[in-house]
Amino acid sequence: MRTSLIAALGAACLLIAAPLAQAQDKPTDPQIAHIAYTAGVIDIEAAKLALTKAQNEEVVAFAQSMQADHEAVNAQALELLEKLDVTPEDNPVSMALTQAAAEKRAELAALEGAAFDAAYLDNEIAYHKQVNEALETVLIPSAENAELKELLETGLKLFQGHQQHAEHVAADLQ
Amino acid sequence: MTPALIDRRQLLIAGAAVLASGTLASAHEGTVHVKIEKMAFVPADIEVRAGETIEWTNKDRVAHTATVKGGWEVMIPPGKSATRVVEASDSVDYYCRFHPNMKGRITVVA
Repeated sequence: MRTSLIAALGAACLLIAAPLAQAQDKPTDPQIAHIAYTAGVIDIEAAKLALTKAQNEEVVAFAQSMQADHEAVNAQALELLEKLDVTPEDNPVSMALTQAAAEKRAELAALEGAAFDAAYLDNEIAYHKQVNEALETVLIPSAENAELKELLETGLKLFQGHQQHAEHVAADLQ
Repeated sequence: MTPALIDRRQLLIAGAAVLASGTLASAHEGTVHVKIEKMAFVPADIEVRAGETIEWTNKDRVAHTATVKGGWEVMIPPGKSATRVVEASDSVDYYCRFHPNMKGRITVVA
């Protein structure tokens, strides 16, 4: 089971898959909720950094929409968790995500101007791709509660939209 | 046949008619309604006449747009509605600029 789960995960997903494989084969609903919420918080933090540094208007508008969207979805997630009486549970995946994001933020914070804009967008594309793969291959299939699963599925469509939005803005910058 | 059965049959026929007409919407009092829910335009394809109004109602918690590449854009804030009066040249594909995986199509008919 463990082998097949890991085999199903792409290389881009290693960050999320590796801690999971160490802890257990399948995350529980409280862990899934924590991972999804953490993934949103990370992108909100990235957007806040971008809003202090980005110069291109389109990049600023993109960061604004990332902050607004992820805050809205996380608020919706908290309401659902309260209704379901599920308490999000910290776990190795959330911790690994948070640590990797802190390192990436420090890296981005050292850049200025157009170099920042380009690096921020590149990271947004890569990050959303990674989260989408985790949602598709691990989080959604593992979710037990139907309402949690449904929220994750809508979240996947939202994040896929963000990835495409970031790709469009990056193409416009070329 | 009991009245209940007749009702049921009529419902089935009505349901089949809706299915047969696909996702095409019809205007009510000159307005065609498109719902935005769970990151999708519903219905995605609409047929309208010039002069009719398209009203998008955003049920999501995030802002969306109806954007035509190189053309017009309608902003639809979360929980709100926004409209556009159809022009003869509005047979277009449109998408949400914030979430380009959301797509719709407008066909203007005579």
